[in-house]
Amino acid sequence: MISKSGILASQPYFYKYCRQKQPEMNALSIRNLRKTYKNGFEALKGIDLDVKAGDFFALLGPNGAGKSTTIGIVSSLVRKTSGTVEVFGHDLDKEREAAKRCIGLVPQEVNFNQFEKVLDIVVNQAGYYGIRRKEALQRAEECLTQLSLWDKRNSVSRHLSGGMKRRLMIARALVHSPKLLILDEPTAGVDIEIRRSMWEFLRKINQEGTTIILTTHYLEEAENLCRHIAIINHGHIVEHNAMADLLRKLHTNRYILELRNPAPFAPTVEGYQLEPLEDHTLAVDVPMDLGLHGLLDQLAAQGMEVVSLRNAANRLEQLFIDLVENQRIDPARKTA
Amino acid sequence: MHHLIAFKTILFKEIHRFVRIWPQTILPSAITTSLYFLIFGTLIGGRVGPMAGMSYMDYIVPGVILMSVITNAYGNVVASFYSTKFQRNIEELLISPIPNWIILAGYVGGGIARGLAVGGVVAIVGMFFTDVRPAHPGLIASVFFMTAALFSLAGFINAVYANSFDDISIVPNFVLTPLVYLGGVFYSIELLPELWRKVSLANPILYMVNAFRYGFVGISDVDIRTAFLIIGGSISILVAWSLVLLRRGTGLKT
Repeated sequence: MISKSGILASQPYFYKYCRQKQPEMNALSIRNLRKTYKNGFEALKGIDLDVKAGDFFALLGPNGAGKSTTIGIVSSLVRKTSGTVEVFGHDLDKEREAAKRCIGLVPQEVNFNQFEKVLDIVVNQAGYYGIRRKEALQRAEECLTQLSLWDKRNSVSRHLSGGMKRRLMIARALVHSPKLLILDEPTAGVDIEIRRSMWEFLRKINQEGTTIILTTHYLEEAENLCRHIAIINHGHIVEHNAMADLLRKLHTNRYILELRNPAPFAPTVEGYQLEPLEDHTLAVDVPMDLGLHGLLDQLAAQGMEVVSLRNAANRLEQLFIDLVENQRIDPARKTA
Repeated sequence: MHHLIAFKTILFKEIHRFVRIWPQTILPSAITTSLYFLIFGTLIGGRVGPMAGMSYMDYIVPGVILMSVITNAYGNVVASFYSTKFQRNIEELLISPIPNWIILAGYVGGGIARGLAVGGVVAIVGMFFTDVRPAHPGLIASVFFMTAALFSLAGFINAVYANSFDDISIVPNFVLTPLVYLGGVFYSIELLPELWRKVSLANPILYMVNAFRYGFVGISDVDIRTAFLIIGGSISILVAWSLVLLRRGTGLKT
């Protein structure tokens, strides 16, 4: 296992710099973080963000919102303009080495040497964290096996498929057993089967104690995996909440109903907005406070039997679009 | 201890890289310098006559060895570090807790290792053409090591600023090669007119070549202590410059 229960437990050296997990400790704490690029573009306009230790956290936002800049600053790939970042209580400026030991990063783009062998990439990464070669080989074997890449250990990395390259980057990020794993769109462009297996793997390491921060464009992925969420837009955090609380903000859900027989007329049910789509299909907006029971009963009373129903859109997606649409105008300018 | 492991990881990775592609990294220098020895030393050298009281072949061997050290130390670091930037696997180092000076030491160590490997091969080839043997082995080793370190640092700085593969070939082709050829590898500056002799003294490579030659044959156009001061001073400046670049993240971070 790559977990604390396995090889980490036998290697206290690894956690030398990472303070022991405390129940209310923040894995990540960001205060008034600002980033202005050389061309004058203000990517972050003073964001605050807290991620609790052990959390599975989603950082969402449209393209160019500031997600990757935030992750870049936390992982020391982007220089901040001002503000503070703490990782498990270690200030990234004052305790740089200690903070960095706690972080593992899976970037958006492939960033390993395409001419190196799979095993060398993972073993070298362990070496950068001061892990002796013998132990690095053992850890690499465990990580690569968990991600089904051990058979490919002697392959040159450029010959791997897209999904394998993603898994290799996860293995590399985990080889030093970070307490905080940051994944920047890890499942972009991989097929659904690999995506599901990655979800399973990420859930497992999160249950074993690794804090995970995930950015993704697949909102279904965030809704399925994450317990807390922040939405960033135009360099501002526009939402920072528990996933369940956020979803409760939805006032209506849109469903698609399949009818056994074609609807003889456009049905109307008080409190619900119904829209015929095809002969056998209706779309309906269901207010959260009314629920589905009344609707199904009243349709049955009108002689329309519902044989199946499904969500018209992912719930989080609906909320995300609402939030981003509301922020379409830069909030800084809105308040100006 | 973990810094030492990190240093060894970078160093061995760098050595593994140039050894794996030895037909591109080691063989060409061996062939080129063999041709230098054959053409300039044996064929033309016989007609040139003695230089500074010794055969022309004996005179050029130390300089040719050091020339291969300079070009290979520089070439190794500039190509490797720029490639690391280009493929973005520099991010592996930037996110890790390795101090900047260890990153620098690892790459410079790789450049010195390549200089040592290629210089060693060239020295062995040279021994087939001349009877010259090291007169001052300690001095030879010092100049060898310091020169390799200096040009590894120069290659590192070039790679940090480079934005394209063109940028990593401009300095070697248009700056380094002329300085090497005008640095007294093939002639004594005593042969030059007064003006050009003074101009040559501004070329730092002249001091390295002459100090290295002194280690073999005991003859130099310049003062050896001055040569060490220039090499040591240049190393100090380039180390400071490199560390400032790494701390600022110039060319590496946005």
